[in-house]
Amino acid sequence: MNVDDPFDPRATLRTTGCACGRHATAAEHDAAAPSEPPYRGLVEGAVMRALFPVDATRRRFLQAVGATTAAAALDHVFPIATATEAFAQSAPLEKKDLKVGFIPITCATPIIMAAPMGFYAKAGLNVEVIKTAGWAVIRDKTINKEYDAAHMLSPMPLAISMGAGSNPVPYTMPAVENINGQAITLAMKHKDKRDPKQWKGFKFAVPFDYSMHNYLLRYYVAEAGLDPDTDIQIRAVPPPEMVANLRADNIDGYLGPDPFNQRAVYDGVGFIHLLSKEMWEGHPCCAFAASRDFVTTLPNTYAALLRAIIAATAFASNPENRKQIATAIAPANYLNQPETVLEQILTGTYADGLGAVKKDTRRIDFDPFPWHSFAIWILTQMKRWGQIKGDIDYKGIAAQVYLATDAARLMKEAGLTPPTTTSKAFSVMGKPFDPEKPEDYIRSFAIKRT
Amino acid sequence: MSSLSVRATIVSALLLATLLLVWQILVQGTGAGPQQMDPEYARLVGATASQGKSAMPGPLDVGAQLWRHLSDPFYDKGPNDKGVGIQLAYSLARVLGGYLAAALVAIPLGFLIGMSPLMSRALDPFIQVLKPISPLAWMPLALYTIKDSAASAVFVIFICSVWPMLLNTAFGVATVRNDWLNVAKTLELSRVRTALRVILPAAAPTILTGMRISIGIAWLVIVAAEMLVGGTGIGYFVWNEWNNLSINNVINAILLIGVVGMILDQLMGRLQRAVSYAE
Repeated sequence: MNVDDPFDPRATLRTTGCACGRHATAAEHDAAAPSEPPYRGLVEGAVMRALFPVDATRRRFLQAVGATTAAAALDHVFPIATATEAFAQSAPLEKKDLKVGFIPITCATPIIMAAPMGFYAKAGLNVEVIKTAGWAVIRDKTINKEYDAAHMLSPMPLAISMGAGSNPVPYTMPAVENINGQAITLAMKHKDKRDPKQWKGFKFAVPFDYSMHNYLLRYYVAEAGLDPDTDIQIRAVPPPEMVANLRADNIDGYLGPDPFNQRAVYDGVGFIHLLSKEMWEGHPCCAFAASRDFVTTLPNTYAALLRAIIAATAFASNPENRKQIATAIAPANYLNQPETVLEQILTGTYADGLGAVKKDTRRIDFDPFPWHSFAIWILTQMKRWGQIKGDIDYKGIAAQVYLATDAARLMKEAGLTPPTTTSKAFSVMGKPFDPEKPEDYIRSFAIKRT
Repeated sequence: MSSLSVRATIVSALLLATLLLVWQILVQGTGAGPQQMDPEYARLVGATASQGKSAMPGPLDVGAQLWRHLSDPFYDKGPNDKGVGIQLAYSLARVLGGYLAAALVAIPLGFLIGMSPLMSRALDPFIQVLKPISPLAWMPLALYTIKDSAASAVFVIFICSVWPMLLNTAFGVATVRNDWLNVAKTLELSRVRTALRVILPAAAPTILTGMRISIGIAWLVIVAAEMLVGGTGIGYFVWNEWNNLSINNVINAILLIGVVGMILDQLMGRLQRAVSYAE
């Protein structure tokens, strides 16, 4: 029996001989170095090996994530009972014909482009991507199992898992779709009111209550001293209706997803006041989400689907490919938008609505890694604005819902460099956020609902 | 009589021509006119922003687009992009499904209510409460309980088309002339035979009036229901084109919805005339 330590990324892959290579067999190695205890028990080792049956892949994974993270992740992230077959690449798929729902916005780029550009087919799946009318419908259709997985806003899996705004259903978010890529668009008549302090009484739209858009807009106006609940009005409006409402003068502006910021410019009804990346460079927005039930009952299908999405995300993260992607997702079957609008968003060379052409290749970017610290920040904002109450197990929920370990492994496979930790500190509008102290962070705000 | 219909046709044509002319003039008058802007910038924005073209299409644009739709109505470019012919077929299938189910429930139940004063009074409060509920108010409940969006759309059609048929059937059955029922009694016809041979033919025109109202309502509701659940159907087409802010395609869809609704109504009208009788 081969008992070498499966948590050791430096272990050689030879089937004969020992890990260090100085001894003829593993037994001899152990005898020569009896003081070196096995890194983990054999049981955990067996699980590790079952998760990654191919030695070379396991080693790549361990180098990517680090042995400690991997071992810790085993405890709660993946159900050990079904782990055996989960990531064996050769394992048969339980289900090949899948339906994945999406909302027609550029955030969904990896999910959508994976169909016309063949990423799903490469993973052996026959995926139909279905356009859906709104976030509540996509949530209900996924809970009803009409969709196997779906495009969601990154706070939604957290909200659904906790039962905020719906019945609690255990949800997972194995990958972030896009980072950045949102903007504050204002009506043309406000082109001289670029300071948010002048926005008292404005009516704003955001796509959904549980969205980064809502939290970022609230954060932005609160930093300017306005209370988002009393000094301005915020309504949830489906993205396509935002431009129509702006034209009809029903709203003064919105923090919305593209293509509808650029579309307002294209149609001459608004201008781009601020890109969301100027508030928080690298913030998450939309996500690829699936019920925990899907992840556990169809583990091979889940792995193949996630592999396709991450490969598509990796392809989209290269700015050179963006033009080609714009062409692939513009037709009526997908986003149904003029190609030039999508090209401006994805390449980052865009008209700002005030007569200038701006360039920012990271206007929208793609990075699948579901940082636990993102989830913790979102939870702090949900609590800050009274969407959730009481004591919150920030880290526990983040780890349950944001499946960082799976993403890291498949990112590595797709040629990306995943981070070695699951948590990182970042700043929002210059104010640092420490994921270790979420409650202190909430207390530090002057305007809050707690 | 024939001269009247000729004159009516002429007036209709004139009205249409005037309407189109006014539309064209109004559209041409709006928009800001050509703008002064950097050509590189102008390339990045639409005609509305760069040339000041009106966002509202004129009748000629709409006509050209309609021709494009009608010349290729059955294309299928994937799950989210199908020709208008296919979309209309999906909508019609849903409408007929819900409508036939409603007829199967409403007509027998209507007979029961019409023939039995007791049931009529007992069921009345339920009917009165359920009848005025907007069909779309049922949608979230249907999605939650049926757990299938296609079936939910059919259910919504069912629930909204059941009431006019039910009430008209009950009314038609209850108001059959007593003389005829008495004749049936004298001839010692069984209750079933009376219902089928005397009451049904007598109440048929009223029942068909209810069915005609119902099909109109069903067609009204399907568009809204499909906008909500998405996927396929003419309602989804409207939503998808709204998403693209394409007023032109939305107007096209409005015209098609109107024409199909008219055809459905005319078909029911024919059927109604076939069963009507002079006393």
